[in-house]
Amino acid sequence: MLKLISRRLVATMVTLILVSIVAFILIELPPGDFVDSYAGKKTQGGDIISQEELMEMRIRLGLDKPVYVQYLKWIGALLGGDMGFSWEYRRPVSEVLSERIPLTLILAFTTLFFTYLIAVPMGIYSAIRQYSLGDHVTTIIGYIGLALPQFVFALILMYLGHLWFGTSVGGLYSMEFEEASWSGAKFIDLLAHIWIPVLVLGTAGTAFQMRTMRAVLLDELNKMYVTAARASGLSEFKLLIKYPVRMAINPIVSTLGWELSNIISGAPIVGLVLSLPDTGPLFINALLNQDMYLAGAMILFYCTLVILGTLISDILLMIMDPRIRVGGVS
Amino acid sequence: MKFKTKKKEIRRIDLSSYWQLVWWRFRRHRMALIGGTILSLFLIIALFCETISPYEPHARNSKYTQGRLMGVHLFDQDDNFHFRPFVYARVNKRDPVSFRLNALVDTNERWPIYFFVKGDSYKLWGLFENEIHLFGTEKGFIHLFGTDQLGRDMFSRILYATRTSLSVGAIGVFFAFVLGLTMGGIAGYMGGMTDELIMRLIEFIRSIPTLPLWLAMAAALPREWSALKVYIAVTIILACIGWTNLARRVRSRLLSLREEEFILAARLSGCSARRIITRHMLPSFLSYLIVDLTISFPYIILAETSLSFLGLGLREPIISWGVLLFSAQNVRSIVHMPWLLLPSLFVVVAVLAFNFLGDGLRDAADPFAK
Repeated sequence: MLKLISRRLVATMVTLILVSIVAFILIELPPGDFVDSYAGKKTQGGDIISQEELMEMRIRLGLDKPVYVQYLKWIGALLGGDMGFSWEYRRPVSEVLSERIPLTLILAFTTLFFTYLIAVPMGIYSAIRQYSLGDHVTTIIGYIGLALPQFVFALILMYLGHLWFGTSVGGLYSMEFEEASWSGAKFIDLLAHIWIPVLVLGTAGTAFQMRTMRAVLLDELNKMYVTAARASGLSEFKLLIKYPVRMAINPIVSTLGWELSNIISGAPIVGLVLSLPDTGPLFINALLNQDMYLAGAMILFYCTLVILGTLISDILLMIMDPRIRVGGVS
Repeated sequence: MKFKTKKKEIRRIDLSSYWQLVWWRFRRHRMALIGGTILSLFLIIALFCETISPYEPHARNSKYTQGRLMGVHLFDQDDNFHFRPFVYARVNKRDPVSFRLNALVDTNERWPIYFFVKGDSYKLWGLFENEIHLFGTEKGFIHLFGTDQLGRDMFSRILYATRTSLSVGAIGVFFAFVLGLTMGGIAGYMGGMTDELIMRLIEFIRSIPTLPLWLAMAAALPREWSALKVYIAVTIILACIGWTNLARRVRSRLLSLREEEFILAARLSGCSARRIITRHMLPSFLSYLIVDLTISFPYIILAETSLSFLGLGLREPIISWGVLLFSAQNVRSIVHMPWLLLPSLFVVVAVLAFNFLGDGLRDAADPFAK
């Protein structure tokens, strides 16, 4: 087991390094470098900058070095906590990010929690009551949840919120708490607002996990061991929870990382539409303004989160499923 | 299939070709049939959007900006039946308080709808000069889905957007397909180290959140590029990440096919590798490939919509569903003009239709399964 986990850890490290390379490539992708855009802004302001000055600046910033040296410098600084400078906000990237990341984390994990809290029981329900009204309803919701783009869902919710309550449902706090420091009242206010982004982000995932749970459980319910257990006089509830559900939960756990990836994927666009004070609008603005150090750091952040999620789900799976633990990586 | 019922039917099934069996099985899926019908409708719209739409998508109607939907009536307010459908006339009145021009419904005047009327001239598929539109009015104007801020007809714009969005889907799927087939084919055919490498690459791409990556790649496109260039680049970006699923499926099909007895038989009877691949392997997983293509369509469409909605994908003057939704980005505009959200209805219907069709095809692709 320890060997398996350590092998998984090494693989995770390799993936992280690859992701950092991808993030760096994305930073470098827009034509021109920082000096070019700096010069562009200066000359627009009427200043005259000579080529020598630009060259000097490049040397000072290390932009004349080959790309891999620049990458190593970037990643070295990153490990030391320095993520570069955001010229859109005129502040270090790490500072800008640290304000917003907690909310993104809260949002992502709340969504993940509710996804499973709802999907697993509902999946069990629609499996044991196959073709009942509830089953059909969940199926329909599932299909729509998969087809409706999250931002459209958010827009519709905002429209309905405006129609019914006359207020904007965007944001995460009421006006009076926006600038306030953390307190019990602010937390309650957050809870009153957070359900909308959670609903928007979680519906598709919940629908998908519910379908998975239902399908796997239906397969398991027809197996002989269930009949055997029933024949031995086990109560129906105990039988269900102890054997088939125990089996069916594995594919659900193994998609945990993937589910987190979906939530993270949707977060920026939903954050923008609902104007949440999380990383979403920040990320999209960074991209629109080609503030690439900020954008690169955020891609790295999103990817790291997902990779760690996958790692955790793999380890969980090993703990839960003895076949994987004993038999090696499936 | 029911074998027991009639003797005649047994013979029919035994003698039917593979594609016949596929069709029979597919036909049993009602939802898949509905999905297929809807998609055919979409295809017709995409092909003939110039003729079906009453106006040119960039034409502005200054008399009806931010206009509401216009209902088509057969009965007027006195319950008189009119054989020719009509819309009520609109008159512009200045609001005494805000001094804004408001279009009000004038139920005294009717604007009848005629079919195959002359209107804005256009070039069908950029080739044939024409000015006949499927429907329109001779007096006044008709905006079934209302108009946007600039008074452009939403109905026409959505039809044109259907063409763009479906074509982005088709081209994106095509690129993804070529990439997936090549990579999956190489992995499945070469095996060993190459296989391992490609599979790791696929795993890596799948482990990172797609949308942020798409966004970042799209943001890196130079701003001064023309709309057409951006269009091509966006489809390629979408394909770059969409190919992994296809590649995995192609690989696993190839691997399992390699072990099949009929392939062994072909090899024993001295067929060349090319003949084995084209004559024996390809036909037996062609149907699966079609299924995979259908299923990957909605992903590309949704991704394009999201990108364009954020202003990072396609842009005006190219119109796609996402580009149309771009103007519905803030609450104020959707509260004033909820009909700006109509394109999303088309997105949802298209994605659902593709999913249903895919479900049906998946079942039908293997007609020998019970």
